Amino acid sequence: MESLQYLSPTTQFVLFSALKILVVFGVVMTGVAYAVLVERKVSAWIQDRVGPNRTSPFFVDYIPVIGPFLVRLGIFQPMADGLKFMLKEDFTPNYVRKVYFWLAPAITVIPALMTVAVIPFGSTLGSEKMVIADLNVGILYTFGIVSLGVYGIVLAGYASNSKYPFLGGIRSSAQMISYEIAMGLSVVPIFLLTESLNLGDIVKYQADHGWMILKQPVAFVIFLIAAFAETNRLPFDLPESETELVGGYHTEYSSMKFALFFLGEYANMIASSAMMVTLFCGGWTLPGTLLSTPSSSILVGLLHIGVFLAKMAVFMIVFIWVRWMLPRFRYDQLMDIGWRRFIPVALANILLTAVVVAL
Amino acid sequence: MSTKVVDRSPLTFYERTYLPAILGGLKVTAKHFADTVFKGKSVTMQYPEERWVVPEGYRGAPYLVKDQDGATKCVSCQLCEFVCPPKAIRITPPGAEGQPADRRNAEKMPKEFEINMLRCIFCGMCQEVCPEEAIFLQKDYSLTGESRTEMVFNKEKLLKLGGTHGGIQKWKHKLEEAEAQETFPVQTR
Repeated sequence: MESLQYLSPTTQFVLFSALKILVVFGVVMTGVAYAVLVERKVSAWIQDRVGPNRTSPFFVDYIPVIGPFLVRLGIFQPMADGLKFMLKEDFTPNYVRKVYFWLAPAITVIPALMTVAVIPFGSTLGSEKMVIADLNVGILYTFGIVSLGVYGIVLAGYASNSKYPFLGGIRSSAQMISYEIAMGLSVVPIFLLTESLNLGDIVKYQADHGWMILKQPVAFVIFLIAAFAETNRLPFDLPESETELVGGYHTEYSSMKFALFFLGEYANMIASSAMMVTLFCGGWTLPGTLLSTPSSSILVGLLHIGVFLAKMAVFMIVFIWVRWMLPRFRYDQLMDIGWRRFIPVALANILLTAVVVAL
Repeated sequence: MSTKVVDRSPLTFYERTYLPAILGGLKVTAKHFADTVFKGKSVTMQYPEERWVVPEGYRGAPYLVKDQDGATKCVSCQLCEFVCPPKAIRITPPGAEGQPADRRNAEKMPKEFEINMLRCIFCGMCQEVCPEEAIFLQKDYSLTGESRTEMVFNKEKLLKLGGTHGGIQKWKHKLEEAEAQETFPVQTR
């Protein structure tokens, strides 16, 4: 660590940024893998089933007592799943539009991963801020990038040149125009209150004045529901709808390209959870404890990251839980909700907040 | 007469907010979740380790049975072969100079008895038609093999899998009667 001091600030910045990107990427990828496992397990439990409980690599035999327990929990399942995706045949049907067909998974997955860049996932570790890019327009960046993910889905639907993916793609675009405006409008009151677009500042404001979820419950509800639509989760999984569209936009995809869509969806869930934690639930802070202020101690820094991850996990579980509660919306119903309910409510919320702030 | 008028009154404002539906859903799913995780009320059977109890009268795979003395009960009458709807059974009779039956007093036994388990539809007609109670649908429901030929069960295999079954002992009594005839004290006056 001593020798790092002699490096120029630019070199240090590049070095630390690269390190943070690698670690965050690793955590998100692991998060995606285990989110799939949690999804399978929780779904199974809700439906009175058992869930994956068989995968046991050879080294389990050497772990006494907890080894079999881990196998029962399916801890090793994601490894097998990952391996399976790598080894499967990557089949490209001959009737697809090849270039777009190859491009679509990438367009879905890249924005999902890019949104994580502005999320402050911890306070500081040493003297290093725990955010990859401390942008002053963080939230605008997020909204800008997140919308791009939908084009991947629409493109996949178009490129597949087959009816079910096409319907999925159409639905996806119909869905996007219904929730995105409401989603954008719902967070405006937060900026009115915090007077900043920087996510770090928003977290700081919440540490001082209490969580946004208590101050802006209406905004939170709208954002939460829009986030469900954004991540294509039930009850808004219109583009995918396994039961009617045979998987929707990714019907024609296989192997790693399919895995990328999957990865994009779960990375989106992670990013949305992180956004909700940051905007509404105080980010890495925990009120009433020492953990609500940045600290130079490494231990506290790690605890902050832990708090953030725990809050995120709660939202992930909610995402998974809700899946088994509500039937899928028709897309005219979704549009109805988006345009005729949420936009007026969000606008009223902005107006009300503006009046309160002005007074 | 039995017309039931379903109440289709318009939704109240509270209902239109989706809240009662969401709360109801939360309650149901949470209850099932808790029941499965904490009370172990999962409905899944861990198949290869746990198995269901096969009920009496279950129609599993048909096997040949032996009598108490360990002799083949089948007398190669070929009724089952004839009645078998998917023609899964093939019997090779012993022929004129064939091996004699290993059961005392029985006229003959099949030289070869094959059931193609891939063809068998487990209808139980062979069991019903058999005059000797020599073939029974037993409790095996999971037949696997790596090739088609492996799934054609021959006489030896069928007898081994079938085990021993008492049932009627038609020929045993016939034998006793015949023997009794031999030693019947005939009065010569």
